[in-house]
Amino acid sequence: MKKKLIKIIISLILFVFSMVIKFENVWINNTLFAISYIIVGFEILRKAIRNIFRGKVFDENFLMSIATIGAFAIGEFPEAVAVMLFYQVGELFQSYAVDKSRKSIANLMDIRPDYANVYRDGKLEKVNPDEVKIGETIVIKPGEKVALDGHIVEGKTTLDMKALTGEALPKEAEEGEEILSGCINLNGTIKVEVTKEYGESTVSKILNLVENASSKKTKSENFITKFARYYTPIVVIIAIILSIVPPLLIEGANFQDWLYRALSFLVVSCPCALVISIPLSFFGGIGGASKMGILVKGSNYLEALSNTEIVVFDKTGTLTEGVFEVQKVEPIGISKDELLKMVAYAENYSNHPISKSVKKAYGKEIDEKQIVNSQELSGRGIEAKIGEQNVLVGNEKLMHEKKIEFTKCNDIGTILYVAIEGKYVGYILIADKIKEDSKKTIAELKKNNIKQTVMLTGDRKEVGEAVAKEIGLDKVYTELLPDGKVVKVEELLKAKSEKGKLAFVGDGINDAPVLAISDVGIAMGGLGSDAAIEAADVVIMTDEPSKILKAIKLSKKTMRIVKENIIFAIGVKIAVLILTAIGLSSMWQAVFADVGVSVIAILNALRALKA
Amino acid sequence: MKCKFKIKGLDCANCAAELERAIQKLDEVENANISFMSERMELELVENDKGEIIKKVKKVIKREEPDVTIEEI
Repeated sequence: MKKKLIKIIISLILFVFSMVIKFENVWINNTLFAISYIIVGFEILRKAIRNIFRGKVFDENFLMSIATIGAFAIGEFPEAVAVMLFYQVGELFQSYAVDKSRKSIANLMDIRPDYANVYRDGKLEKVNPDEVKIGETIVIKPGEKVALDGHIVEGKTTLDMKALTGEALPKEAEEGEEILSGCINLNGTIKVEVTKEYGESTVSKILNLVENASSKKTKSENFITKFARYYTPIVVIIAIILSIVPPLLIEGANFQDWLYRALSFLVVSCPCALVISIPLSFFGGIGGASKMGILVKGSNYLEALSNTEIVVFDKTGTLTEGVFEVQKVEPIGISKDELLKMVAYAENYSNHPISKSVKKAYGKEIDEKQIVNSQELSGRGIEAKIGEQNVLVGNEKLMHEKKIEFTKCNDIGTILYVAIEGKYVGYILIADKIKEDSKKTIAELKKNNIKQTVMLTGDRKEVGEAVAKEIGLDKVYTELLPDGKVVKVEELLKAKSEKGKLAFVGDGINDAPVLAISDVGIAMGGLGSDAAIEAADVVIMTDEPSKILKAIKLSKKTMRIVKENIIFAIGVKIAVLILTAIGLSSMWQAVFADVGVSVIAILNALRALKA
Repeated sequence: MKCKFKIKGLDCANCAAELERAIQKLDEVENANISFMSERMELELVENDKGEIIKKVKKVIKREEPDVTIEEI
């Protein structure tokens, strides 16, 4: 590329010199033009000759050579040089732009760790990450990449997760915490016990996805290559007709004048700029998305995403945290702590997730000696004797059964009513928390022309409907088994308009069949879930629903750029062709229609990279 | 049978499209897909001697775009 640049600069200097200073003997100028031409155009001429022998007459190199040699022949020296010179400038610019956006994807590959420091026989060894086995301990120093997934056994630090999730804020991590390969250790030295082999670790899953993203072409790309396939031959044939027919038919027509018009046609006939700007835009879009922690498996999915009409969400883990937590503790006559303690003690021997969340909220050691007796009453709750007190913990049914007066609570979730010695002392509410950005995301999606938002859940009707209402979804289907979700999505697919697409968003657990039948399957919280990365078309690395909105917005922006480029490039080319045919435009405009348009289209395409 | 290649030395997106069409014309190739941006080629071949078919593909490449090289991944 550097060599090409030097050639262009030398040629440009000669060209400008020869344009500005007019020698008395015009042949000095002409010789300078010729030298300038050969410096910059030799490579094109060489390829052109090679291509004629292979019968490729619609090859760009060949067309440019004919156009410029023709211009020399009819004495248009400056034009001949300018066409070749600017053609090369355009080419250089194009390869620069292609390089740049390829690099933006390659930057993602930067998360690949080169080595791991592993403890073996009491010594620290530097080895290839795929030689490290599960259970071994690795050491990560400040500035190094985390090579394998594991948990910290010693030390604390802050981790830069930007390459993985697009999250700019570093994350604190300390002993006992799980950490993912692909992050960068910022300040402390940590020891990590490896829990996954390199091939199974997060970093190699992501790299695999990026490297093997399908190269399925988009409709726009197929349109433009098809267009180019006919465009060039047609323009060349018209050029030939222009150079022969009018001089023969029109009286007083100047052959040289019509040949000039024909040569200008050849300059405009090159299709490459048009063709490159489309995949370049999509590539930019995919690069831009990956910067935000959104991995798109192919440009066709970006195209589909821009036509999204219905977004279907899974509830648990997608719109809600998927973790049951104590949301409310409402004591009557005793302290909050006392109420929580009673429930935690009563639930101590239960394996139910509810018991876990209560114990977590209580957070203190349970003295099992105090639990004299504890009995589970199926479908109702627990009856226990803790210390000297008889405790009842359970649902409405239990309270009715034991004839305890209580005030009914209408909150959504699981409610545990508590009575001590036959007297109601309050309740605890346990529920799945709605994610912070869920509500806002749904509202914004509607503003961005998404016609319908739907939620599918296996959860109870009351819970599902309450969550849907809280978040503001259009439709909700509850109490669905996994295959019921497939049936619902199939129904929705049938009901949507032909052009509109259906996107399904799930957390990847049990969602694989639905992800596969949707037009665009989006898996959220891709970090850590293998099934999701495989089944989905788009993987969102974090678990924020707002990223879906960002992905849709970006896809729309990319499509807008693509359409702008198609209309602009084809429009300018056809306008210049018409003007040239009727003699209103010169070869200089033709150069603009070729190189100028390609530079502008490429600059426009690069906008997609900036997310 | 599907196989993937790294493809280097393509000049422009249009050349990539033309090469793709030329390879597609081979009887043994059911589907060819060249991505200029990611420098990847995906071929879907009929069940047959893979080595032979790849030789044929390479021959087409040599005729159409002599500067292009491929490497299976």
